[in-house]
Amino acid sequence: MSDTEFALEAHHLVKDFGDKRAVDGVSLSVPAGSIYGILGPNGAGKTTTLRMMLGIIDPSSGSATLLGHARPIEAARQVGYLPEERGLYPSMHAVDAIAFMGALRGLPLREGRRRGRELLDGHGLGAWADKPIRNLSKGMAQTVQLLGTLVHKPRLIVLDEPFSGLDAINQGKLEALIRREAAAGTTVVFSTHVIAHAERLCERVAIIAEGKVAFEGEVDEARDRLRPIVRLKTREGDGPWRAALPAAARLDGDEWTFELPASGPEPLLRALLDGGAGIETLAIERPGLHDAFVAIAGEAAAQAMDEPASEAA
Amino acid sequence: MRLPETIRAAFVIARRDFTATVLRKTFLLFLLGPLFPVVMGFGFGGMGAKLAEDNARPAVAVIASATTFAPLAEARERLAGVSEGEPVELVRIDPQADLDAQRARLLAQKSPPFLAVLNGDLAAPHLTGTVHSDGRTVSQLGYMIDDARRHATEPAPPPTRIAVTSTERVGGTLAAARGLTARGGQTILFLLTILLAGAVLSQLIEEKSNKAIEILAAAVPVEAIFVGKLFAMLAISFVGIAVWTVTGALAIAAWASSGLGGLPAPAIGWPLFLALTVVYFSMAYLLIGSVFLAIGSQAASVREIQTLNMPVVLAQSAIYFFGSSAVGHLDEPRGLAAAIFPLSSPFAMIARAAEQGAIWPHLAAIAWQGLWVTLILRAGAKLFRRNVLKSGKARRWPWQRRAAARG
Repeated sequence: MSDTEFALEAHHLVKDFGDKRAVDGVSLSVPAGSIYGILGPNGAGKTTTLRMMLGIIDPSSGSATLLGHARPIEAARQVGYLPEERGLYPSMHAVDAIAFMGALRGLPLREGRRRGRELLDGHGLGAWADKPIRNLSKGMAQTVQLLGTLVHKPRLIVLDEPFSGLDAINQGKLEALIRREAAAGTTVVFSTHVIAHAERLCERVAIIAEGKVAFEGEVDEARDRLRPIVRLKTREGDGPWRAALPAAARLDGDEWTFELPASGPEPLLRALLDGGAGIETLAIERPGLHDAFVAIAGEAAAQAMDEPASEAA
Repeated sequence: MRLPETIRAAFVIARRDFTATVLRKTFLLFLLGPLFPVVMGFGFGGMGAKLAEDNARPAVAVIASATTFAPLAEARERLAGVSEGEPVELVRIDPQADLDAQRARLLAQKSPPFLAVLNGDLAAPHLTGTVHSDGRTVSQLGYMIDDARRHATEPAPPPTRIAVTSTERVGGTLAAARGLTARGGQTILFLLTILLAGAVLSQLIEEKSNKAIEILAAAVPVEAIFVGKLFAMLAISFVGIAVWTVTGALAIAAWASSGLGGLPAPAIGWPLFLALTVVYFSMAYLLIGSVFLAIGSQAASVREIQTLNMPVVLAQSAIYFFGSSAVGHLDEPRGLAAAIFPLSSPFAMIARAAEQGAIWPHLAAIAWQGLWVTLILRAGAKLFRRNVLKSGKARRWPWQRRAAARG
């Protein structure tokens, strides 16, 4: 396959389940070689979107292109996919499970077993290679499945809620693995309802809410949609300086929080000084992805993001 | 996607399913489970063959004048009054000039079929047919003749010795014996098909419950999953069939005095019959297994699959009975209909192999069934693809939706 600008593209994807529209006109483009996050609360349509883009289910309308192929299954050998609902055969040995997942993607079994042992050794699971999956802990089984996703050295890795169910240490390891894969030129797409992961890893994100793309672009672009945040503490509780604060300024305890006015910091600072505020501390912060998410998808969606994952969208 | 890739992927799935099943300890139970009914089936087949000889519905033709026959018929009535079950049926036939030709004709006759022909007077009777001198038919006839003679003469004559000429099965008795083989073949086909179609459904349940189905569906065409699962179970069944056939044959050879040769031979011959049994079993399994898998994929939960299982098994039983109604009536409309209807065709055709010797209908039937296997596989795979990854709430049928709408 020739190199393409985008590893994954979706054009107006729609999916109806009976009378319920799960995905409503999703369009997005994942640049080749990037780390791309799909953010959204549970039930937003992330999993359904990923399934349609990978050709696992057919869209009701719209289309997707996977590594330049209009029929996603034609690119299956170059794709690794970790579904949200982890699934392994409990009686299969760890190394065989990895080799089997590779064999599904065209890797000969013998080679799959060889690479499987290497990967297990590299992740501290070498001693478990010949143990049945049912004897492994949940975290180990998740690692085995992740290794099965990588064993055939795919050009595109799609991970659906990969951090869910992992402890903090394993989340860190997974983040490192994603960075390593991307540094090696692999495109990584993952969905998550934890914004912090996306903020640390992704160059581009799509924010999906209620089946629609609320934002698609670079993380910085999402942040730049908001003005910088000003946090201010003053010695004086009241006075002429209060006229310099925007109407939407919030007082939390003794700290004022508000968006930096369009005129910039200098006029604000001057008005505060001239008005006798008695500035104790003043910080101008760039908004985080969470702030951008709240602004784009709404407070309700942001609260839903904090709830634990419970079902596939 | 190119066909070879689908086949390669189907092979990967089939190999996993095959090894995961055959290498499990529980596979021994799978092998032992059906052995009992299969051995019983063969046992009953062997016993049935013996019974067909001794107690077959076909009657004994008695070539005799009405005067000679009357005391024999009266003796039969007396025997019927004191014995359990119906004594052998006697049908009087007027003697013709060429006795040998008349006897041969009667034995070859299919309607009504005759088990044997009795001729000669009561003092020196001669019985020709598929009977043995120590069999039940000869014993009953001997009792009737002695009784008839005792009532006709004083003092009582010495016991009559019937001269018996045993022949190969011909005419009506052959038809009856082959009918037995046909039903035996159908029953084995039905038992195996229902067992394995159920097993492939169980595998789908397992796949749905351990969530592996999505990994498969993301990596290979859904058609490959469908075909791989079906053919894995077919390969597993061949292992089972090999074990069951050898064990059954050894058991029969050990238990039945006449060994395998004592079974009623099918019209098409044993080698071809056994080969066709495997082919028709494969066809029946692929047809019914596809339907099972497609239906199973519609279910949103294991409970729903179990609920669907019963009507499907009942429908399968109806198909089996439809196919078995063809036995003895192969060229009549119901026999032809059973052969043409795709799902009952394998059952009807195995009966034809037992009862009729022509080969070309089998070639045509295999092609016809192959066509339907292809069509049902494609349709089943399509349904499977559409529904197998649906999760969440169970499917609502139209009446449930209406009820929900009414509140």
